[in-house]
Amino acid sequence: MKDVEMKMLERAKQLLESGEVARVIGWKKGEFFYDPTPASFETVDELKDFVYDWFCGANLSKYLIQMSKKEGKTAVFLKPCDTYSFNQLVKEHRIKRENVYVIAVECLAKLNIEAIKEKTDGIVKSVDVEDKDVKVVTTNGEYTLYKPEVVLSKCAVCNKTHQAKDEEIILHERPERDVNRFEEVEKLEAMTEDERFAFWKGQLSKCIRCNACRNVCPACSCVKCVFDNPHSGIAAKANDSEFEEQLFHVIRAFHVAGRCTDCGECSRVCPQHIPLHLLNRKFIKDIDGLYGEFQAGETDEGKTPLTSYTEGDIEPKDVFNGEAK
Amino acid sequence: MQEVSTEKKEFVPNIVAFCCNWCSYAGADLAGSSRLSYPANVKIIRVPCSCRVNPTFVLKAFQQGADGVILCGCHPGDCHYVTGNYYTRRRMALLFSFLNYMGIEKERTRVEWVSAAEGARFSAVMNDFVKTVTALGENKRLTDLRVKEGE
Ligand code: SF4
Ligand code: SF4
Repeated sequence: MKDVEMKMLERAKQLLESGEVARVIGWKKGEFFYDPTPASFETVDELKDFVYDWFCGANLSKYLIQMSKKEGKTAVFLKPCDTYSFNQLVKEHRIKRENVYVIAVECLAKLNIEAIKEKTDGIVKSVDVEDKDVKVVTTNGEYTLYKPEVVLSKCAVCNKTHQAKDEEIILHERPERDVNRFEEVEKLEAMTEDERFAFWKGQLSKCIRCNACRNVCPACSCVKCVFDNPHSGIAAKANDSEFEEQLFHVIRAFHVAGRCTDCGECSRVCPQHIPLHLLNRKFIKDIDGLYGEFQAGETDEGKTPLTSYTEGDIEPKDVFNGEAK
Repeated sequence: MQEVSTEKKEFVPNIVAFCCNWCSYAGADLAGSSRLSYPANVKIIRVPCSCRVNPTFVLKAFQQGADGVILCGCHPGDCHYVTGNYYTRRRMALLFSFLNYMGIEKERTRVEWVSAAEGARFSAVMNDFVKTVTALGENKRLTDLRVKEGE
């Protein structure tokens, strides 16, 4: 990963120095080594904090909504999954494509620090990756973890490839793997209604309505959101008995149905560890099964399943008869 | 001290029926003028087209105490606005399947196509839906999806 980081840094410097772009969006050092944060670099000097490592899971596409409207070009580093969100935002006319220079960067799955902390004792001091081994040093000792067990949940089932790029920096290819991203959804589908309700009630009642999932979601890009608008009839901050409070997740999940690229950012940022991606994956699975396979963000044009139809579409009541679809 | 009645009151469900102006609402009208009965606990909300029904309308109805929600529109192909009900069909298929995934009984939601000439069908559909929801009992789930245990 260090070699890739060096190349990226070099390229960022060139682009800024030559004036080809006005800013570069990437990741910069966070407070701890495992929490790099998205950042915009406008000068070569600012690039001293630039990082690209095993913890750069954050999706940078959403920042382009604002950045692509600024003066001058914006260069951005996008991982495979990020390019889907990027395309989707271009399609929704939220990003000005002509103002963006996309540099596709490799990703060999990103690590989940929470999972690492759970599997180790003491304070994490350093993390190194060697193929499938994750070497962790903590104040209590050294550990070797199996990488597939400590990657972000979105990376565990990812087989995505870059769908948008103006140039690429790829030194190592991630081999294609056999993954079934619907496995967890299928498990839930196989439960009884009562069990499913108990599961979701248990999960959703942990929610503190911090809005992080909405804020990070590239599909949630409305300028005015019903959850913020006191006149919408469904907004009521921190009020447990109000409509929006109880049905926040259902409303949000439906709102992004057909547009959610399965980028997994919602689950990554949730401080309560609610498996939010399982909500939208259900919509994705149903859409695939009922209306034909569809991957949001694969292209930046065309209709989405919810803005189109066919005359022979299945009747809602038959969706249940055919068992869990 | 007041006696507490142990006798259970018969459960009468609250049903919300979204009916499109051009077909189903007219069908309900026809049922009325043909003196065909449908249960009085069906609250009809007239909408210009079934596709006017935003999923949040359905959710709000449940959250405000509906025990069952039914959407009625023109038969596919007969929409007054040509294609509105095709969109409804996809939306509701996905929404209802999703609600069931969250543990909401699938019998509480329904979509039926009723034309302006189908008064008898309107009455039959409503009677059947009310019967189904009555058998299910009160809807508690969608009102308290996020209320913590023991509250
Ligand atoms: S990020 Fe998690 S806790 Fe915050 S609003 Fe979303 S679901 Fe709730
Ligand atoms: S709902 Fe979650 S997985 Fe889907 S686009 Fe939004 S953040 Fe990504």
